[in-house]
Amino acid sequence: MPGRVVFNQERCKGCELCTTVCPPKIVVMQETRNSHGYRPATVLDMAKCTGCALCAQVCPDVVIEVYRTAPAAARRASTAGETGEGWGC
Amino acid sequence: MLVADKVLMKGNEALAEAAIRAGCRFYAGYPITPQNEVPEYMSGHMFAAGGQFIQAESEIAAINMLYGAGGAGIRVMTSSSSPGISLKQEGISYLAGAEVPAVIVNMARGGPGLGGIQPAQSDYFQATKGGGHGDYRLLVLAPESVQEMVDLVDLAFDRADHYRTPVMLLGDAIVGQIMEPVALPEPVDPAALPAKPWATTGTGGTRRKNIINSLYLNPDHLEQHNLRLQAKYAVMDAAERRWTSYQVDDAETVVVAYGSMARIARRAVDMARAAGVKVGIVRPISLWPFPAEGFAASALPVAKRFLAVEMSHGQMVEDVRLAINCRLPVHFFGRAGGVVPTPDEVLAAINRVSGDALQVGHLPAHTDGMLGGDAHE
Amino acid sequence: MNKVFERPAALTDVATHYCPGCTYGIAHRMIAEALDGLQLTGRAVGIASVGCTVLAYDYLECDFQQAAHGRAPAVATGVKRARPDSIVFTIQGDGDLAAIGTAEIVHAAARGENITVFFLNNTIYGMTGGQMAPTTLVGQRSTTSPAGRDASRAGRPIKVSEMLATLDGPAYIERVAMDKPANIARAGRAIRKALANQAAGLGFSLVEILSACPTNWGMTPKEAIARLTSEVVPYFPLGVYRDITAERGQASQNGGEQA
Repeated sequence: MPGRVVFNQERCKGCELCTTVCPPKIVVMQETRNSHGYRPATVLDMAKCTGCALCAQVCPDVVIEVYRTAPAAARRASTAGETGEGWGC
Repeated sequence: MLVADKVLMKGNEALAEAAIRAGCRFYAGYPITPQNEVPEYMSGHMFAAGGQFIQAESEIAAINMLYGAGGAGIRVMTSSSSPGISLKQEGISYLAGAEVPAVIVNMARGGPGLGGIQPAQSDYFQATKGGGHGDYRLLVLAPESVQEMVDLVDLAFDRADHYRTPVMLLGDAIVGQIMEPVALPEPVDPAALPAKPWATTGTGGTRRKNIINSLYLNPDHLEQHNLRLQAKYAVMDAAERRWTSYQVDDAETVVVAYGSMARIARRAVDMARAAGVKVGIVRPISLWPFPAEGFAASALPVAKRFLAVEMSHGQMVEDVRLAINCRLPVHFFGRAGGVVPTPDEVLAAINRVSGDALQVGHLPAHTDGMLGGDAHE
Repeated sequence: MNKVFERPAALTDVATHYCPGCTYGIAHRMIAEALDGLQLTGRAVGIASVGCTVLAYDYLECDFQQAAHGRAPAVATGVKRARPDSIVFTIQGDGDLAAIGTAEIVHAAARGENITVFFLNNTIYGMTGGQMAPTTLVGQRSTTSPAGRDASRAGRPIKVSEMLATLDGPAYIERVAMDKPANIARAGRAIRKALANQAAGLGFSLVEILSACPTNWGMTPKEAIARLTSEVVPYFPLGVYRDITAERGQASQNGGEQA
């Protein structure tokens, strides 16, 4: 899939709003806590990330950065059958 | 008092309960830290007591609601904190000019402007030297404990009705927020209170109309009105002075402090006494009228100097100088902005002024040395 | 990969004091995105009010003045009249704008001051610990309506957008909500339009942003968002309540296009 998200774990306040809007439902809350005592959000199954950025749009603390492969490159990646291609940005 | 007769209460809540028990049946207020527990308590309990509670749209609206309800003859109260009390000043002037009884509570916080939410005593000038326009005076009472606040609430409503004048209870964030055991008074039935024939209750066709008003366009009439007010204030000045003295009989250094600061200062006085320093404390309870008798030479026979201690940059200290006609040096120590001095800091100030090299002036919070200035010894 | 979402430059890179799940953070980000996108950040002067947004000057990279409770529209009027080329905006809560500040907002709107007002309506007083607001719903509990707002004692909520739209002065008034991504996107467009209007000299713009307050509603963030949808939006309907910007001049160039 053509997307990747990066979470600034120290800024996350564990509100869980991002988990409610993710279409493939891959945003989850970690078990461990950050230095402020919050359990931050993360994505375990990044391969399913579409880069839709809904999680980032809804995050009150601007915790999430979103990356997305350009559509043509994404199509090449999917026909090549590889999920790792295009992540080095 | 038996322990079982006391309840552990937060100052703001005890104040509200005491007001209801004193027969207050109208409260209007607005949220502002650190007094929010007062309107919150009133929002349930005032209705239960058969009174009215309104969270007004602003502090200005609240004081004007008080003017209305008080003018209509019932016991009324509002509470706020420093910035909100500033907003109420016009309304307080109207209450004084129209001779409407009311109780106004200020839980003072750091200022000026939006300031902070921690305790301060920086509203002394505002309370005692104005802060609204015109020639009027407020009876200003300063409690140091939750119990004293409860006792003074009752006195405030009684004096407000007696003199037909607004009364201010000047507290701070400490006395409003602490929890202490308190004995609450028996509830007063408002119907049993003395009648107010001047109130706007409706003529019923049986009496002359009553007008609650502070407008006198004819200057001769306004002068007469002001002279009447001044005569009233003169009576209050003579009759309503309140203070306590502690360890002053042989005190060479006399600390002056009110409210929460007095409790801290009293601890420092004890610490100084334990080290052999002859120090005592005069605690004004009425800030207006200022209890000058507590500072008389006869009351403080061996006093050589005063040390005013306030959570401000020096407001009450001026009244100490006036009260003693500047016959002795008056030093000052204070911290403001919401910072509360510790007993150790006050003790250090006592020791500085009680030494041999005496200089008059303000003692900065963090220096060990003395400010320059003229010696008055 | 291309970065398609990041912190806008106008949004200061600090943690905010807002509670977890408070949607004020979303509003701040979208204001910053709009300022950056319209290239107005360097001309912007924000007016911080009294309430949870009292520290807004720590979160946006532009000049700010902190106003007394309710007076932000008057302060904004002063700044704008002194510096007409500035982009002056206020951020106010429901106590600030709809309680103590009702005179100031009505008259700034009636005068048609060329300013932008962001009205964050979360139906409660946040900063002071959860007292009833002019926008608190009937039956809603607060610390000064502990049994729920009683209409017979405390009246009914004030609908600011509808009320101000009756005036001839304002140019643009829209109510948006922070509950669902589609509504959040719509809010972003309204925020941008409200600032673009000012840049084009089109008059007074106000965006009422329905927000969640998990802490003082006594809910989790997810529950609070659900309450926005199920209770708050139905009482405060979303939509444009006044828009005469097209009549006033050319429409704002980029309004409504950026998600």
